[in-house]
Amino acid sequence: MKRILIAAAGVLALSAGVAKATTLDDVKARGALNCGVTQGLPGFSSPDDKGNWTGIDVDFCRAVAAAIFNDANKVRFTPLSAKDRFTALQSGAIDVLSRNTTWTMSRDTTLGFNFAGVMYYDGQGFMVRKSLNIKSAKELNGASICVQTGTTHELNLGDYFRANNMKYEVIAFSTIDETVKAYDSGRCDVFTSDQSQIYAIKLKLTNAGDHIVLPEVISKEPLGPLVRHGDDQWFDLIKWTYYALLNAEELGVTQKNADQEVNSANPEVKRLLGSDGKFGEGIGLSNDWALRAVKQVGNYGEIFDRNVGPNSPLGIQRGLNKLWTQGGLQYGMPIR
Amino acid sequence: MDVSAPPAGTPASFVSPGMIAPEPAPISTRGPIAWSRAHLFGSPFQIILTLFGLAVIYVVVPPVLRFFIFDAVFTGTGRNACLPEVIGRPVGACWPFIGAKFNQIVYGFYPEAERWRVNLVYLIGVVLLAPLMIQKVPYKRLNALLFFGAYPVAAYVLLTGGNLQLRGFLLSWVGLGPLVTTIGQAIGFSTGFWPDYVISALLVAAIAAAAAPVFAGSRKGAAKTALGAFVILGVVLAAVDINFGLPWVETRVWGGMLVTLVIAVTGIVASLPLGILLALGRRSQMPLVRIASTLFIEFWRGVPLITVLFFATYMLPLFLPGRFTIDGLLRALVGVALFASAYMAEVVRGGLQAIPKGQYEGAQALGLPGGLMMRLVVLPQALKLVIPGIVNNFIGLFKDTTLVLIVSIFDLLGVLRAAFTDPAWATPTTVVTGFGFAGLFYFVFCFGMSRYSMALEKRLDRNRRH
Repeated sequence: MKRILIAAAGVLALSAGVAKATTLDDVKARGALNCGVTQGLPGFSSPDDKGNWTGIDVDFCRAVAAAIFNDANKVRFTPLSAKDRFTALQSGAIDVLSRNTTWTMSRDTTLGFNFAGVMYYDGQGFMVRKSLNIKSAKELNGASICVQTGTTHELNLGDYFRANNMKYEVIAFSTIDETVKAYDSGRCDVFTSDQSQIYAIKLKLTNAGDHIVLPEVISKEPLGPLVRHGDDQWFDLIKWTYYALLNAEELGVTQKNADQEVNSANPEVKRLLGSDGKFGEGIGLSNDWALRAVKQVGNYGEIFDRNVGPNSPLGIQRGLNKLWTQGGLQYGMPIR
Repeated sequence: MDVSAPPAGTPASFVSPGMIAPEPAPISTRGPIAWSRAHLFGSPFQIILTLFGLAVIYVVVPPVLRFFIFDAVFTGTGRNACLPEVIGRPVGACWPFIGAKFNQIVYGFYPEAERWRVNLVYLIGVVLLAPLMIQKVPYKRLNALLFFGAYPVAAYVLLTGGNLQLRGFLLSWVGLGPLVTTIGQAIGFSTGFWPDYVISALLVAAIAAAAAPVFAGSRKGAAKTALGAFVILGVVLAAVDINFGLPWVETRVWGGMLVTLVIAVTGIVASLPLGILLALGRRSQMPLVRIASTLFIEFWRGVPLITVLFFATYMLPLFLPGRFTIDGLLRALVGVALFASAYMAEVVRGGLQAIPKGQYEGAQALGLPGGLMMRLVVLPQALKLVIPGIVNNFIGLFKDTTLVLIVSIFDLLGVLRAAFTDPAWATPTTVVTGFGFAGLFYFVFCFGMSRYSMALEKRLDRNRRH
C-alpha cells in the first residue's frame, strides 16, 4: 500500500513538473554554490597571491552565496574555458555561470539559458599614445590600427569608420599577443579590442602611463551571469541579487553602513534590507538576504571600484556602468 | 779484472736504476692550443662551424643572463616593484612574482592548513624512491613493495583525507544491501561493508575452489589464491575507509606541481606494466587476446590525448546514469594512463622483436614454462634494450601532462597562466618570467630522468661492452 502511494505521489510530482529538487535545494544540501568563472581574466576572475579568486564576476557569486548561506566563502569556483562553459552549465556541474559572457539572443533562447542581468557593459574601445594628443575616437581619421583578425572587432571597426566617414589602415595579426606587441613597438597608432581587455593589456605595456583609452565604446558586449532554463525560482534569486546590489548603491547602502541602515527611515532601504516586507520569501530565502549580500561583498559600486575601478590596478572608468541616475545604464528594478 | 768493484772514477758499463720517465708529447700536440687546433680549427669547415657557434653564444647568452639575472628584480611586492618607469632602470625578470605565487605553483589551491599533507607525500616519495634508484642499497624487494604498493595508498589517504565511508561490496550490488547493513550494525559497524566483504570473499573463494578442477588446478590452491587476493584488497580498502581525522580535500582544489607530479607519476608507474602486458598480448598465440590487445593499442594511439581528456571530462557524464559521477582528476588520470600504456606497449614490442629465436628455444630446452621464460629470459633482455625508448615515453608523458589545462585541471602551467592574469602583478615581463620558470622546472625533471636512464643503460650493458 505504502509503495503504491509513493508511486502515485511520484506520478503527481512528475506531472506537476517538480520531480527534481530545485537548484536552491541542491545548493543548500551541498552547502556551497558552484560557480563557473574564467580561467583567469584580470579584474573579472583571477587568483590572488593567497590563491583566493577575486574579480567582479567572482564577487557576484560571493554575493549570491552570502544571500543564501550568510557566508560569502561558501562558493566553489570552477574555472572554465570559453568552450566548456556552456556544457558545464547545461550538465549541472555549475549552478551559475559568471564568466564574462556576452548576453546574446541565441544564448538566451536556443542554448537554453537565462541571463540575469548585466554586471559589466563592455564594448569595443580604442587605446592610443598620449603623445598623439587625441581625446576622442572621432579624431582617428587616417590612423593605422592594430587588430586581431577573425574577430568581431575587425568588422565593427569597418562599420564605425565608414559610418563616420573616416579613413583608416588595418594592421591585423592572428593572435592577441602579436597584436599587443606590434602596438607596443609602435607599428600602429591605435590598438582596438574590448575596453575591459584594453585596460588589462595596458598594464603590460612597456610604459603603461604613456597610453590612454579613448572614451568611445563602439559595440555592445553586455556581460552578465546566467543560469540554465527550467528553474524560475533560481533564476529570480540570481536576478534579484544583482538588482539588490544596484539598489544598494543607489540608496547609499554600503558594506560599512549596512547594519545601521537596517533602521533607516527610508522605506526603500527598509524593503531592501528586510526590515519591512517579506521579499526574501519570494526567492526562497529569509527577508534579510540583500543585507547579507551587501554586508559581506558590498554594493555594485564597491564591487566595481575594488576589482576594476579606481581602487584596482586596472583603473577602468565607470562609463556605461554608472547608475542611471548618473547617466549610465545600471538600473536596479524596484523592490516592492 | 774485478767486475764487481770498478775502481773509483772510472766510467764503466751503466745500468739504469729504473725506467726513464716518458718525454712529454711535443708542444704541437698538447696544451690548449693543440687541443683547439684539433677540435675547433681542424679544417676550414670546422673553423666556420666554430665561429658560427661562438656567434650564436654571443648573441643568445648575454641577453638571457642580463634578462634573468643582471637586470632582474629579486625583491619587492606588487607590480610597482617590477615597472621600469617606477624603479628607473630597465627591468628583466620579475622574480618576486614567482615568490608571491610560489605556494600556488607548488600546491595549487590546496587549503593552507592542510599543506603539510602534501609535503609529507613529497617527503615519503623521495625517501622511498632514492634508495630504489641507487644500486648498492639493499632490501630492493621490500623497498619496491613499499614504493609501488603501500605508497600510492598512503599518498591517496594523505592527499584526499581517506575516510571513504564505504557502504557495501558485492552483495549490496545484487540487492542484499539492507541485509548486510543489519548484520554490520548488529556487530558494531555503522555500515554493512565489512560483513558484505567477508561473506563475498568466502563466496568467491568457494566458487574458485569448486571451479578449480575444470581448469586442472587444485581446489586448495585456488581457494588460497582467492582469499589471498581478498586479504590484500581488504587491507587497501581498510586504509581508505578508516577515519584518520583528516579533513576531505577535493581534487578540484589540487593544482600546480602537485597535479603535474601526480599525473606524471601515475602515468609512468601504470604505463610500464600495462604496456608490457599489452605488448605480450599483441604477440600472443591466442587470437582473442591478440586482437583485443591490437585493437586497444591502435585505438589509443589513434586518438589525440586532448580528445581523450575532453571526452572523459565533458562527454562521459552525459552518458553516465543520473548523479553517478567520477572525480574529474581521476578521469584524467585513467585517460593519461591508458594513453601512455598504448605507446609503451609498442616500445616494449620493439624490444621483444629484437630477442633472437635462440633465446626462446634455449629457455624451452631448459624446460622453463611460458611465464617463467618471459620473466627470466626474454623480458630482462628486451626491456634493457628499449630503455631509451621507455624513458623517451616517460619524458614525453611528463610534458604532456600540461594538456590537462584544457579540462580545467590546473597543473603547474595552468596555475602560472592563471597567475599571469592577476592585475596586481601585470607587468611587461611577468609572462616571460613565468614561462622561464616553468621551462626550468620541466627541464630539471626531464634532464634528471634522461641522465638516470643513461646511467642505467651503462650499468646493464656489461655484456656488450668491449
